[in-house]
Amino acid sequence: MRSKTLVVALTSTLLWSAAALVPVYAVSPPDVHEYRLQNGMKVLVRPDHRAPVAVVQVWYKVGSADEHSGITGISHVLEHMMFKGTRRYPAGRFSAIIAANGGEENAFTSNDYTAYYESLEKSRLKIALELEADRMRNLVLRKDQFLKELEVVKEERRLRTDDDPDALTYEQLYATAFNHGPYHHPIIGWMSDLNNLTLNEVRQWYKAWYAPNNATLVVVGDVEPQAIYKLARHYFGSLKPQPLPERLPRPQEPQRGPRCAVVRAPAELPYLILGYKAPALLTSRHKWEPYALTVAAGVLDAGHSSRLSRQLIREKELAASASAGYGLNTRYQDLFLLDGTPAPGHTVAELKKAFYKEIKALQTELVPPAELDRTKAQVVASVVYSQDSMMTKATRLGMLETVGLGWRVGQRYVERIKAVTPEQVRAVARKYLIDDHKTVAVLQPEAITSVEKKSVGVSSPPGELR
Amino acid sequence: MRLSIFAMALLALTPWTAKAGVDIEHWTTDNGIRVYFARAPQLPIVDMRLVFDAGAARDGEKLGVANMTASLLNEGSGNWNADEIAIHFENVGAQYSSNVELDQASVSLRALSDPKMFEPALDTFIKVVAAPSFPQRAFERVKNQILVALQEQAQDPDAIASKAFYRAVYGEHPFANPVYGTKPSVRSIKREDVQAFFKRYYVARNAVLALVGDLTRAQAEEIAKRIDQNMAPGKSPAPLPKVQPLEKTKIVKIPFPSEQAHVYMGEVGIPRGDPDYFPLYVGNHVLGGSGFISRLVREVRVQRGLSYNVYSYFFPYVVAGPFMVGLQTRADQDTEAARVAMDTVKQFVKEGPTEQELVLAKSNITGGFPLRIASNADILEYLALIGYYRLPLNYLDTFNENVKAVNQTEIRKAFKQHLGAQRMVKVIVGGAQTG
Repeated sequence: MRSKTLVVALTSTLLWSAAALVPVYAVSPPDVHEYRLQNGMKVLVRPDHRAPVAVVQVWYKVGSADEHSGITGISHVLEHMMFKGTRRYPAGRFSAIIAANGGEENAFTSNDYTAYYESLEKSRLKIALELEADRMRNLVLRKDQFLKELEVVKEERRLRTDDDPDALTYEQLYATAFNHGPYHHPIIGWMSDLNNLTLNEVRQWYKAWYAPNNATLVVVGDVEPQAIYKLARHYFGSLKPQPLPERLPRPQEPQRGPRCAVVRAPAELPYLILGYKAPALLTSRHKWEPYALTVAAGVLDAGHSSRLSRQLIREKELAASASAGYGLNTRYQDLFLLDGTPAPGHTVAELKKAFYKEIKALQTELVPPAELDRTKAQVVASVVYSQDSMMTKATRLGMLETVGLGWRVGQRYVERIKAVTPEQVRAVARKYLIDDHKTVAVLQPEAITSVEKKSVGVSSPPGELR
Repeated sequence: MRLSIFAMALLALTPWTAKAGVDIEHWTTDNGIRVYFARAPQLPIVDMRLVFDAGAARDGEKLGVANMTASLLNEGSGNWNADEIAIHFENVGAQYSSNVELDQASVSLRALSDPKMFEPALDTFIKVVAAPSFPQRAFERVKNQILVALQEQAQDPDAIASKAFYRAVYGEHPFANPVYGTKPSVRSIKREDVQAFFKRYYVARNAVLALVGDLTRAQAEEIAKRIDQNMAPGKSPAPLPKVQPLEKTKIVKIPFPSEQAHVYMGEVGIPRGDPDYFPLYVGNHVLGGSGFISRLVREVRVQRGLSYNVYSYFFPYVVAGPFMVGLQTRADQDTEAARVAMDTVKQFVKEGPTEQELVLAKSNITGGFPLRIASNADILEYLALIGYYRLPLNYLDTFNENVKAVNQTEIRKAFKQHLGAQRMVKVIVGGAQTG
């Protein structure tokens, strides 16, 4: 249902949901207009005249990856507090004004960024720009509101993570694979940090990062670019830039051998995730590698015809569900993921072995041309389908720009995917899907009630990783 | 603050630039498929959805058979198995999906409109929806997958609460049927049950086709005709039984080892097309249907920090769907959160919205109308809705007028009539303590 604030876990979104911008077939070339205000704020406008509406997004380059131990979750808490009003528009006014103008609004936080958005009938978009400009610099943070909202965030954590055994497993996978560094902790933060968070810390976080020179405005819709640029200058142009906190380099110490996390929680079903450290576009020395990893993930899981569905779910009937995912647009090195639940009568150990076999196949055999073409056809089609949503298009632009890749990278996506060869898929599988990059996380179910207590398909102990 | 919001809302009442702008064409095929088509030539995409009166409410004794039937459609057809079906869709980038709800089953296709891509996708789609073979081995496997899905629900306090809510509101009515069935019922389903269900319900006279995309009317007719020619005419089933009003308050508590308690409260609501639809829709927008400007979010979340997510909705189906209030809260404060939410509902039923609230709600709904039909995917949803529930073809064109026509008295009257009896179902799942 609706609710302010979504936590977007980038790496958990499966590959093919990612939208891209590249034109194919009869779609006219994407007409993106790029501006930069004198205070350093970027403005991206993409006209789409299919409906008389517009999407406004404001992106900040700050997310959980920028947080240090002790204040984890602060970016997301601040995102909640951004709806608490300014002197000019006190608490409740922002939402009321957007609503009165027929708009929808919300926000999301990820490891890499925080973003706010409004969708409106096009003649109303000015109002969103005015409100966003106002709260970029003039947020009023009050202690009574903060304490209430912190409780809301804790409820959100209980809902999304603490009461969801698969989410707990995912959280431990990341904490174990990245035993230090930007992706070690969850976006929503550890509960103990939320318990200790102070309003003063949130205020400092806001002051440090919410500045025009750390922000990108994206507008997609039935608009004229030059007019949007003028409006952007009018509303955001007078905001003062500031020196941003130094972003320290966050190199990863090399992993020495496979790792394992076991999570015990009340559950009915076991669950397995394998995570392999793999480069992103921003961290890779060879720019073809992330595209080859994308295709590798697609060969495993781009649809019902891909290998995990065909072989693990249908042919061997080993898995009740199985999927693979990889995201190439993260700010730091992330994980190439395989996850699944064993079919009845099968164990996590068997499923793990089956995953290893699929990886081995990628490392030793070249993907047949027909299979590669099918994987790529789905990429091309998904790019066309993504044109149907203004929100998707705006999010794609804002995300690429904010992580530091630049929106133009999206333009070349299809071309780069099409250029991937079977040899390249094999090469990245050999290089990255290896033991020294691997972390295994296993959910071992505990009985939900003593009455229904039953034996569980116990997975292999931590020592047994290969 | 109240005044200025009011002023803002008045300001927003200046005319909107957009008219509804969806031209819906409707016809019926030879065998009886009702077709709803909207042309959208801007993108090289075709979206289609077949909707059947074949939801879980049609399960009969075999709880879960509707869901199992829909899940098995793409597992085999003619001499193709699931692999071959998937390959034929995915070679051309087509996306196939099926979905089962209480009062309907639907099968959807998103494909590229380029004939080289579209033709194979359509051929495969027709094979799947008109001539599935339900291979025995796939049947056994999908049955196992559904049993796993049921286990997944059993570890999710929200799913447990939702099922308990429908059971308590609907009693003996088929809307109490859990969509996935139950473990014993699913185990007892045989391949012949699925075949019989398919034969009975996946027929032209029980089908609505919604079609949006880069097609001419002639092409759309051709598509509908090809589906029609491959589908038995059959007949539409007898209407579902009428829903009886709740007789008494029911409180259900289910212990579960979770941090949060999941709370569902509600009552029997209305069917689609009910004359009170617009007063209840607009009124509920104020009560709990509009996120941050709703009373429930203000009282439960903003003022008290009791829940991340809190809402109320009428879910209108082909027969009376439920009115439902939902929230989740730390297990030790479930009583307080439920009380605050219930008091908010009761007060609203008693007093209705203030004039300011009503102005704001109307402004939000009517002003947001262009957003609801901004994509082909949105339009497909509306075509399926209008077609399946036999709403007037000008439903979208008159939507804003219908919203604007609602007044405070009508809202109060409608809420009193539907929720005024003070009988409610309350379900709380969670907290390790026993209820």
